Amino acid sequence: MLQVRDLACMRGDALLFRKLEFDVEAGEVLWIEGSNGSGKTSLLRILSGLSPPEQGEVRWRGTALASARDALQADLLYLGHLNALKDDLSVAENLQFHSAIAGYDADAADIDNAIAAVGLTSRRDLPVRVLSQGQRRRAALARLWLASSRTLWILDEPFAALDVDSVDRLAALLADHVSAGRMAILTTHQEVALPAGRTRRLRLDAA
Amino acid sequence: MNLFKFSSPQTFYPLAGRLAPLFWGLAAVLGAVGLYIGFFVAPTDFQQGDSYRIIFIHVPAAWMSMFLYLVMAVWAAVGLVLNTRLSSMMATALAPTGALMTFIALWTGSLWGRPTWGTWWVWDARLTSELILLFLYIGFMALHASIDEPRRADKAAAILAIVGVVNVPIIYFSVKWWNTLHQGSSVSLTKSPSMAATMLAGMLVMALAFWMYSIAAGLTRVRSIILERERNSAWAGAMQEN
Amino acid sequence: MNGSPLLAAFRRDVLQAWRRRADWLTTFFFFVIVVSLFPLGVGPEPEMLKTMAPGILWVAALLAAMLSLPRVYGTDYADGTLEQLVLAPQPLAMLVLAKTVAHWLLSGLPLALMAPVLGLQFGLEGEPLTVLFWSLLLGTPCLSFIGGVGAALTLGVRGGGVLVALLVLPLYIPVLIFGAGAVQAVATGTGAGGHLSLLGACLCIAAALSPWATSAALRVSLE
Repeated sequence: MLQVRDLACMRGDALLFRKLEFDVEAGEVLWIEGSNGSGKTSLLRILSGLSPPEQGEVRWRGTALASARDALQADLLYLGHLNALKDDLSVAENLQFHSAIAGYDADAADIDNAIAAVGLTSRRDLPVRVLSQGQRRRAALARLWLASSRTLWILDEPFAALDVDSVDRLAALLADHVSAGRMAILTTHQEVALPAGRTRRLRLDAA
Repeated sequence: MNLFKFSSPQTFYPLAGRLAPLFWGLAAVLGAVGLYIGFFVAPTDFQQGDSYRIIFIHVPAAWMSMFLYLVMAVWAAVGLVLNTRLSSMMATALAPTGALMTFIALWTGSLWGRPTWGTWWVWDARLTSELILLFLYIGFMALHASIDEPRRADKAAAILAIVGVVNVPIIYFSVKWWNTLHQGSSVSLTKSPSMAATMLAGMLVMALAFWMYSIAAGLTRVRSIILERERNSAWAGAMQEN
Repeated sequence: MNGSPLLAAFRRDVLQAWRRRADWLTTFFFFVIVVSLFPLGVGPEPEMLKTMAPGILWVAALLAAMLSLPRVYGTDYADGTLEQLVLAPQPLAMLVLAKTVAHWLLSGLPLALMAPVLGLQFGLEGEPLTVLFWSLLLGTPCLSFIGGVGAALTLGVRGGGVLVALLVLPLYIPVLIFGAGAVQAVATGTGAGGHLSLLGACLCIAAALSPWATSAALRVSLE
């Protein structure tokens, strides 16, 4: 479904990686590993279509990303290392906004379920400003429960700042997601129990 | 590192190096001829005396300032749409020359205004538009300079240049409209009633000289931009060793 | 196309501004203060103030509109929301349009509503005062549209706040000329129709073209 051919990425004068080639098929998790500054986030941004690669191409459902951007965006959920939450809005209001913008078609009950799934029901109507770092990350992750129909999840450090329970719940959600024939590409520094047999690892190291 | 598509700047670099001296030479020769016509052949104006002779600098500079903005915007747009590095580099290389032309036009306009209108500055439609054009050039260069990543700087500056090109006619029209409402018609430099053929010839030769100068300056500057941007590539490294 | 994403973008900006009222009131009071400084600077001569009033009010509106620009996309850029807007399945230009309308409602409309009151301080009365209001009502959305391009171009750029002034103010000139000109024209008895029509034309051009330029600039800012 997702094919990467001869990909190269530069940041300033530094070459992060080159001649990168891999495929991600339906029902797979791609776990991108690498030290800080090895280009993990840059790679995710290229795959999601946010930044153009220095060289090479990304294909989504067989079409080069340059002409398949609309098709990809309809299939994509991208969770960056920033939470994309507004401090002055409540958790529920933030999720309503994301659901409307991304076209998840979630109703109030769906949003309440997603909030419950990340264990923030008691914080539902509090402004994000008063939440802790881990709670904010969970509020951002609640989008995954709304976007279960999206074919491709691209997640930048989804497990960072989470407690053990939340890590388990997220890992379970990921397992459901790929066993339904969808895909996920993620980065993480933690050892997480990702779906066995369906997870491939890709190591990025200084070229 | 030679794997990246450096081919076009790489081949253009020596070509620009060969062409630049040619255009510098043309600019010098045409400039000398134009100034000779302007100062010694063209007759003294019966109304304005010898002070009008500044038009041989002023008018070509004003023409070039507007023309260069258009050329710069076209290069920038080509670079944005086709993603060709060299086009964006050309746009960046032309901006300072365009700003210089605008500045010369303003400066000589002001020098001419003193004996003619008795004041260094009038809010005449042409001078005001020229001043706004200078602001647009400065904005382009400032935006480009404040973004570190060269490709991002190229693209952002290109969008600004395109927005500027759409706006320039509107600005020019609005300033003209404002001017006619506020102070009636102004004395025009170019529409002197007795434009002798020699005056016109001198002005055209000077315009050609300025044009050649702009090409020469653009080529010379684009060479240093290419070297700076491609300093990590194999060919640029090999050049520096020589 | 489903209209609700646009409505959501609009509603969120307004809701957030409502919770952060102080930010937007600053812009508004900036306008009032700048206008009030002029009589102190140039003297209280009623005749002179009356002729200068349209220009003063319009220049102050330009500065106030410009001052509010960094906020339009600045917080979205900093907290990652902009990435989500760019990756949303909706055309980005439509979301930009919704956000621009919200920006105008919060920064431009209050200026247009306040201007007649300030005009009274400068001795404007009757028709010039009405035309002042209409010119600002037509002109301030232009400022939001054109300013949006500048705000998007300067995202994450060193010295963005000052740079946006350098980029945007020259582009505001036609709006200033037609806007202030409309009030002056009616004050000198020549009728403001021409000026207001030109202002409307500027608004049409800005509304049609600037969302595309802004969305291109937003994409570039995220690369």
